[in-house]
Amino acid sequence: MSTRTAAASRPTPDTRPPGRKKSGKRSAGEGRMAAMLLSPTLLVLALVIAYPLVSALYQSMFREQSGLDASGFVAEGEIFVGLGNYTDLFVGESGARFLNAFGNTTFFTVTTVALETVLGLCLALAMNRAFRGRSFLRASILIPWAIPTAVSGLLWRWIFQSDGIANSLIGSEILWTAEGLTAKMAVIIAEVWKTAPFIGLLVLAGMQIIPEEIYEAAKIDGAGFWRQFRSITLPLVKPTLLVAVLFRLLDALRMFDLPFVLIGPGKESVETLSMLAWDESNQLRYGSASAFAIILFLYVALVAIVFVKLLGADVAGTKEVRALRRATRTRKAKAL
Amino acid sequence: MRQRRHTRHILSTTAALTISALALTGCGGGSGEAAPESSQGAAASEAEFEGRGPINYVSSRDASGAAQDSLDKWNAEHPDEQVTLIELPDSADQQRQQLIQNAQIESDTFSVLNLDVVWTSEFAANRWILPLPDDALPTDTMIPATVNAASYRDTLYGAPYYTDGALLYHRTDLLQAAGIDAPPGTWDEMEAACDAVLALPEAEGMSCYAGQFDKNEALTVNFTEAVASAGGAVYDDEGNPTVDTPEALAGLTQLSDAFTDGLVPSDAITYLEEQGRRAFQDGDVVFLRNWPFVYASLTATDGSSQVVDKFGISSVPGIGENPGVSTLGGRNLAVSPFTTNKATALDFIKFFTSEEESRARLDKSSRAPVYASLLEDPAVVEQRPFYPTLLESLENAQPRPKVVQYGATTTAIQEEAYAALTGEKDAEAALADMQAKLEELSAE
Repeated sequence: MSTRTAAASRPTPDTRPPGRKKSGKRSAGEGRMAAMLLSPTLLVLALVIAYPLVSALYQSMFREQSGLDASGFVAEGEIFVGLGNYTDLFVGESGARFLNAFGNTTFFTVTTVALETVLGLCLALAMNRAFRGRSFLRASILIPWAIPTAVSGLLWRWIFQSDGIANSLIGSEILWTAEGLTAKMAVIIAEVWKTAPFIGLLVLAGMQIIPEEIYEAAKIDGAGFWRQFRSITLPLVKPTLLVAVLFRLLDALRMFDLPFVLIGPGKESVETLSMLAWDESNQLRYGSASAFAIILFLYVALVAIVFVKLLGADVAGTKEVRALRRATRTRKAKAL
Repeated sequence: MRQRRHTRHILSTTAALTISALALTGCGGGSGEAAPESSQGAAASEAEFEGRGPINYVSSRDASGAAQDSLDKWNAEHPDEQVTLIELPDSADQQRQQLIQNAQIESDTFSVLNLDVVWTSEFAANRWILPLPDDALPTDTMIPATVNAASYRDTLYGAPYYTDGALLYHRTDLLQAAGIDAPPGTWDEMEAACDAVLALPEAEGMSCYAGQFDKNEALTVNFTEAVASAGGAVYDDEGNPTVDTPEALAGLTQLSDAFTDGLVPSDAITYLEEQGRRAFQDGDVVFLRNWPFVYASLTATDGSSQVVDKFGISSVPGIGENPGVSTLGGRNLAVSPFTTNKATALDFIKFFTSEEESRARLDKSSRAPVYASLLEDPAVVEQRPFYPTLLESLENAQPRPKVVQYGATTTAIQEEAYAALTGEKDAEAALADMQAKLEELSAE
C-alpha cells in the first residue's frame, strides 16, 4: 500500500537526466523511499514492541543478588544465570506454582471463551431482531463491557461475599472468595458477564451485513429458524466470529485484574501467569518475572498462530468480503 | 502546580541519570555515600546530613488533613525549606512499588518517605533509607516497640510517626447478662465466657470470635499474634525462623481449632477487617479482634451500629498461661539517601514526629501517637477512650517478622497458615513447611 503511494509521488522519469538507466535505479530508489516513508512506523514498532521484548529477554537471563553481607546490607548487582530462570520454572516449589498458574490460565481461557462465544452469539441474535426496545436492549447489553474490569471485579466481590447477593439469591452459604472450585467459578461467571457483550457486538456487526434477501429466499424455500441459523447466519458470520474469538483468546490468556480484585492475589485456585509475573516483580525478582512474561508471550503467540493457521481466522478481513459476495451470488442464483 | 512537579520530575530524572553515569565511571558516588563504612550500630552523625532547601514528603493519603496542618506550620516557619506533600495511591503495595522504583533510579524527588513498619528492614538493607543520628529523636519517651520496629540491626532508620496495635472488642451487655465481670485474658477464658453467653436466649445464632483469616497481610498479623500470645516467636533474636516450636504449634492450633470447634462464624475464612467489623456491629459475634480504627464505626450513632454503648475493649487474649501479645502496625518517616537536602529532611522529620505536633494532629486524626504520655493524657483520653487499652496492648507488642524479603516471607506465612485453617494440612505439617520456606528465604 505504502509502496504504491511512494511510487505515485515520485517525480516523473522525464525530469531525470537523460542517458541513465531507469529500471534498476528506479526500483532501488523506490525501495529507499519506501523504507524512508515506513521508517517512522518501523521506529515506533521497534520502540514499543521490539525493545521491551528484547529487554525482557535480556533481563530474564539475570538474577538479582539477595544475599546479605556481614553488616546486613543487600549485596548489590545481578548475576548472569543464562536460562536458569527458565529451568527453575519446572522444578520444586516455584515449579509447582508455575504449572498451577499455567493450568489456571489455560482453564480460564478455554472455559470463559467457550461460554462467551455461545452467550455472545445469543446476544447478537437477540440484538439483530427488530422489536420494540431494541436500542434499549443493545445499550444495556453493552454496559458490562463498558465498566472497567477493576470496578466490575469489586462489584462481583460484593455480590460473592459470604453475606452477599449471590448467596442470598440461591439460599446457600458458599464461600466464593475462599480457595477452591467456587473461586474459579466466581471468576468465570464475572468474566463471561463482562466480555460476552464484546463478542455479541462484533458478531452483530457481522450479522448486519448479511443481506436480507438471503433470509427471504430461505424462507420461501421453507427453511425454519434453525436451518437459517445453521446454513446462513453461522457460515456468513464465521469470519467475524473467528476474529472476535481470537481477540478474546489472547485477552483471556493475559487475564489479571479480575481474579486479582475479585478473589485476591496469592490464591492458588485463581492465580494466572500474569499475576505470577506481577508477584515476582513486586518481590523485586525482575529476572524470573521477565522469564514468566516471556513464557506468557510465547504461549500467546503460539495460540494466535495455531488459531490463525488451523481455523483460518481472517484478521485482515479480506476473505470476509469475498465469501459474502460468493454467498450472495450463489443464493441469488438459487433463488432465481 | 502539576506542571512544576512535572518539570522537577524530568530534572530529577536527568540528575539521577547523570549520577548513575558518574557512578559508572568510577566516581564512587551515589549509594557509596549512603552506606556507612563500619558494620553494626553504624548510626550516622548529624553532620553527615547536609544540604538545605525545598524537599518533598511522600506519604499515603492524608485523608484527615492533619498532616497538611503540620506541613503548613513548618512551611510558614521555613520559607526557604518548603516541604511539598506528594500523596501515593491507597494500596500499600503500590506505595511500596513507587518508593522502590524511585530509589532504584536514585531520584531525588522523594526526600522524606512515609514507610509502613514492615518495610523498614527491606529499605534499610537495600540502602534506600539513611540511618538516623543516635540522638536525633527522643526515643526514650516513645513506646519501645515502635522504636524497635523502626530499627534494623539495632540502628534506628525511621522516626516513628504513628502506631497501631490490636484490641479485643467484647459485648459488655452479653457478658454481664451471663454474669461475667471482666473481659477474658486468655483464649480459655474467652471460650468459657462464650459458652455462658451463647446459652443466653438473646445470643441465639451468634458466634464467639472473629479475627482476620483471609489470605492477606491480615492473616500474617493474626498468625504472628497467636504465636506470640502462646509464648513463641516467628523469628528469634538472631533472625532465624522458629515456627517449628511447640509454642508456634500451640498458637496455630488455637486458631485452627477455632474453625473446627465452630468458635468463629462459618464464613470467617473470608474475613478481613471490614467483614469482622460488620459481623460484630450487626451483633453476630461476641468477641472481635481488630484495630482501633473500627472504634469510630462501632460508636456511630446514625443507626448503623447495633452495639453502641454495648461493647468494651481489652488487650488480645493469651494462649495457655501466656499473656496476649499484639502485632505492631503503624508508620515511620525516613530520609532518602538520594535527596540533596538531607539536613532539611532530618529537621523536618524531627519536627513532624515531635510530641507537640503529634498532639496537635490528634484534633483531626485518631491515629495513635507513639508517645506513651499522650496516650495516657486525660484530655486526650476523653476524646479517644480506647487509648489506654491500646497503650497496654502496645507495651507488650511484637513487630511482625523483621526480614529483608518481607514480601516473600509474608506470602509463605499466609500460604501455610491458610492451609492449616482450611484444614488442607494439619497444623504441624503446615508449620514444618512454613519453617522450611522461611529457612530457605533467610538463607538466600
